[in-house]
Amino acid sequence: MASEGKHIILEAKDLAIGYSSKREVTTVSEKINFSLNKGELVGLVGANGIGKSTLLRTLASMQSKINGEIFLKKKPLTSYSTLQLANQLSVVLTEAPASKNLTVLELVSLGRQPYTNWMGSLSPVDKKAINGALKATETEILTQRKCFELSDGQLQRVYIARALAQDTPLIILDEPTTHLDLYHRAYVLKLLKKLAVETRKSILFSTHEIDLAIQLSDKMLVMAPEGCYFDQPCNLIEAGRFDTLFPKETITFNTETGRFSIKK
Amino acid sequence: MERAFIYRSYFIVLFILLAATFLINVSLGSVSIPIDEVISGLFGGATSKESWQYILIDYRLPKAITAILTGSGLAVSGLLMQTMFRNPLAGPFVLGLSSGASLGVAVLILGASALGGFFGGVLVSQWSLVIASAIGTFLVLLAVLAVTFKIKDTMAILIIGLMFGSVTAAVVAVLSYFSNAEQLQQYIFWSFGSLGNQSWKSILILSICCFAGLLLSFLSSKSLNALLLGENYAKSMGLRIKRTTFLIIIATSILAGSITAFAGPIAFVGLAVPHLTRQVFTTSNHLVLLPAVLLCGSILMLICDTLAQLPFVEYTLPINAITSLIGAPVVIWLLVRKRKLLF
Repeated sequence: MASEGKHIILEAKDLAIGYSSKREVTTVSEKINFSLNKGELVGLVGANGIGKSTLLRTLASMQSKINGEIFLKKKPLTSYSTLQLANQLSVVLTEAPASKNLTVLELVSLGRQPYTNWMGSLSPVDKKAINGALKATETEILTQRKCFELSDGQLQRVYIARALAQDTPLIILDEPTTHLDLYHRAYVLKLLKKLAVETRKSILFSTHEIDLAIQLSDKMLVMAPEGCYFDQPCNLIEAGRFDTLFPKETITFNTETGRFSIKK
Repeated sequence: MERAFIYRSYFIVLFILLAATFLINVSLGSVSIPIDEVISGLFGGATSKESWQYILIDYRLPKAITAILTGSGLAVSGLLMQTMFRNPLAGPFVLGLSSGASLGVAVLILGASALGGFFGGVLVSQWSLVIASAIGTFLVLLAVLAVTFKIKDTMAILIIGLMFGSVTAAVVAVLSYFSNAEQLQQYIFWSFGSLGNQSWKSILILSICCFAGLLLSFLSSKSLNALLLGENYAKSMGLRIKRTTFLIIIATSILAGSITAFAGPIAFVGLAVPHLTRQVFTTSNHLVLLPAVLLCGSILMLICDTLAQLPFVEYTLPINAITSLIGAPVVIWLLVRKRKLLF
């Protein structure tokens, strides 16, 4: 697998994440090892409170790691300046943008900020990227609408469009399927898969839609109480990793169908 | 494309309105001067009465210019704060910046008596007034900011603003107990707020401060747009949060501080004008919003001042009262009609 090694975009080695204050260090999860190649879609699953968001925030350099190493394109994450990082990594967060008074076009255009001049004026290249992002997420018809007028499903597509307009090799999404109906959940994940295949972007997303993620992800990172496992979904199923996610008294994982069922 | 055209026409209308309100402002007052005499007087021509020339150039023109500077500066500082705190209720007065400025001035004017004599007299110059009030503003802003870093709660920030108001009132009360009548009077008159009686020299100082503050704001417009998405998103788009926040704080302190130093604490302009502007310019893009807010602030202040000087009557009402009388109902009306203030 020497050829694969060349295309590693993001890599974590013995990563420990958590929160540190002056008094104490709270480690949420440790010994996280994984690597994300070019054009791969990787799903991150785990129970509530296991540290999915903390991991994603750490990888996006929004909080500092406790221990271990993170490499972005072979260079330590900490060696990137804020602007350099904005050229490599875009995010879709669970928090809604503070202002919903922006039009969709304005919001998506903000994704071009790392490339624009001090006034933020858009060049033809910027406009092309914005149009491409709107098209890929099928949000062109919404451009003049205000964000507060949109449904959750539309909003999520718009946020993804903003991240796409930022035109980075790596996109990190924190629970992009929350608050969406079944159709939109499938739509968003299919969109991510399409983007990974067509644009060769590396996409890392966390989700609670484990069934859907198993079907679409190239690889998955499973955060269970005993530890973190990273592999292809079929291998993870065989190794019984999904069984360990939730307490067995309530939910069991059916390895044949790849689905969870409630224990009666 | 179409939107840009609409905004351009709005801007032309605003410029015409500004010119109109400016002319009305300088032509109305306790002494009535015919409009053609006003225009010829303003452009350096002769007026039929010597006194009219004097009234126009040395009283009404400085007052109108002060109104434009204070209106635009306060409105822009309100917009900066609403974006920085991502809170539609932020404004220099609500967040206690004006209280901070008052405290600075109170300490300077009333505290100077404690030092007494020659030294005290030297202290109370115009520049020191500006610096004291800018420092007061700056300190309050830092305190409010420190709280927002700890508590991400809209209400908490507003309560802090209120608390600063109370602390200021208390400190002023203590100081006034120890100061003499003359200084107390000086402070009380300052706190009523007034656009008049400014010398050309103080207008120059105010212009320099406002210009610096506005320039900083315009240079920050791209960062301000990024901040509309929240700090995490802004950072992910390459924004250096600390540097940006610092620049915005400096701009706000200079604007609100210098204006309060000269014109006294003026309420509601900073809060209401950005919201009024957003009713017309339905955008959050600061490249459009900043100049629009600037123009609307000037126009509103000129109107308020025209009302305050009560045409053909000897009295002049405190400007602070007029802006509150107009601003408070506007904010209530917006809240009731829109149910939610957007920013």
